[in-house]
Amino acid sequence: MIQLILKRLFTYIPVLLVVVIITFLMIHAAPGGPFDAERVASPEIIEKLNEAYNLDKPIHVQIYNYLFNAIQGDFGPSFKYPGRTVTELIMSGLPTTIELAIYSILFAIFLGVISGLVASLNPGKILDIVPMSISLLGICIPSIILGPVLVLIFGIWYEVLPVYGWGDNPGDKILPTITLGTAYAAIFARLTRGGMLEILGQDYIRTARAKGLSEIRIVIVHALRGGILPVISFLGPAIAGLLAGSFVVETIFQINGVGRFYVQAAFNRDYTMILGTSILFTFMTLTFVLISDIMASFLNPTLRDSGGLE
Amino acid sequence: MWFELFQEIKHRKILLISLLYTLFLICVALLAPIISPYEVSEQNLSLGASAPSFQYILGTDVLGRDLFSRILYGSRISLLVGFLATFVAITIGLTYGAVSGYFGGKIDSLMMRLVDILDGLPFVIFIILILVIFGRDIYFLFISIGAFGWLSMARIVRLQVLGLRKKEFVISAQIMGASSSRILFKHIIPNVLGTVIIYSTLLVPQFMLLEAFLSFLGLGVQPPDSSWGILIREGANTMEEYWWLLIFPAFLFSLTLFALNFLGDGLRDILDPRDTQKLEN
Repeated sequence: MIQLILKRLFTYIPVLLVVVIITFLMIHAAPGGPFDAERVASPEIIEKLNEAYNLDKPIHVQIYNYLFNAIQGDFGPSFKYPGRTVTELIMSGLPTTIELAIYSILFAIFLGVISGLVASLNPGKILDIVPMSISLLGICIPSIILGPVLVLIFGIWYEVLPVYGWGDNPGDKILPTITLGTAYAAIFARLTRGGMLEILGQDYIRTARAKGLSEIRIVIVHALRGGILPVISFLGPAIAGLLAGSFVVETIFQINGVGRFYVQAAFNRDYTMILGTSILFTFMTLTFVLISDIMASFLNPTLRDSGGLE
Repeated sequence: MWFELFQEIKHRKILLISLLYTLFLICVALLAPIISPYEVSEQNLSLGASAPSFQYILGTDVLGRDLFSRILYGSRISLLVGFLATFVAITIGLTYGAVSGYFGGKIDSLMMRLVDILDGLPFVIFIILILVIFGRDIYFLFISIGAFGWLSMARIVRLQVLGLRKKEFVISAQIMGASSSRILFKHIIPNVLGTVIIYSTLLVPQFMLLEAFLSFLGLGVQPPDSSWGILIREGANTMEEYWWLLIFPAFLFSLTLFALNFLGDGLRDILDPRDTQKLEN
């Protein structure tokens, strides 16, 4: 188990290295430097700037310097916000983004697992068809539509909820959470239903029933553990998707998180910021996928020995 | 195979409706210049944004452009990006998966290891990166989407090829001394093409969504070109006063994603009934 985790952790290092190097090379291949602003600076100034940001050195030296500093948590200065470092900027947005992701995933798990559970216990009945139809809608309505429509309904027509910011006004966390979490709630509902239906048909559930256990005990203690496995295995990819979704949600609701910073950096061609946030997002994605794999292998012993982590 | 597929589709109502809707949408997109009642860039500044009326059935935007015409033209770019990105993904995925599956052994495990690693990366970030660096251009848009979206295709093709490579016709071709590339392109790839096309119907809505996502952020298609993502972005920016600019494009886009997802899912379901990850279970 630990060996497998370590093995996986070791594959992260080359992956992150490749990400940094490819990003670096791509940025260097780009036409136009980062200082090609509207105001044309004199060549001496550009030279000074290049020197200040180490852009005059050969590229392998730049990569080496960057990596050396990055390991110590220093992602360099921001190109567009002079005097502020990328690390500072990221750290100011990261807690918000993580909070948004956690709220959304909890919302998605809560809503998704419960409705999936209810549906699986009433297959073919109204309690199955209604939640599953709604979940289909949830999958097909993307956040770029759900967000603005929710804002329109609750913020503009009925004026019951604030539509921008995060933690500034009471209730302003509700709409972003729903916008980001709904699609995953829908997927979780389907995964839970599928997983539960499979487990409920197994022999050990029949044995539990034959022993005369109460239905609640059978469902919660015996079936849910296996039935929820598809959800757990999907948690990693889901959180990775949530992080990408935070670009849109933070933009719609004007939340100062890393996702919005990334989009703004992309607009401003703030290369150090892009590089720093790309590494951060890659690292977080890999980590969450690993965590969900570990959780899945705890719940399902057959994954543990067969190298399910691979 | 195609005849049986058609027979099967006829029995499934939702699938049939989705298929007809998709075909209808493609026709509409192709015929957009003929159908659209107004010139797409025709501005009527004195009119400004007007609510739906008999003259402008879906209303006009802030510049007085007919929303219905813009949606028609937007469908062209949205579908174009969806289909071309899928084409790029198929090309890469098919070649990669076929090579990996056909040669097997060390080459296979190495190539699949690479797919696993790439799968763990947040590829939206890399697409944004490419667009930022090389320009926000529609060609880079679908190439970069396709360049990151081929992973699942490679896996599916590999599995198919693994099954095919021990078949008699492949072995006889090998005995006759055909080169590996000839066997791959003449014998193996034509045999997996049907499966690939069916699976790729699921990629189209994914890629259209990705295009809309990027255009919504302002990083995809650039005005004055319009795609559904752009229209939703503009609608979201002006929805406080002009709700129709958001609601109509948003509704049509959702409907289209719905139909394409159903279509892809239903087709996959017919092809491989045991697949557990279906929408319609």
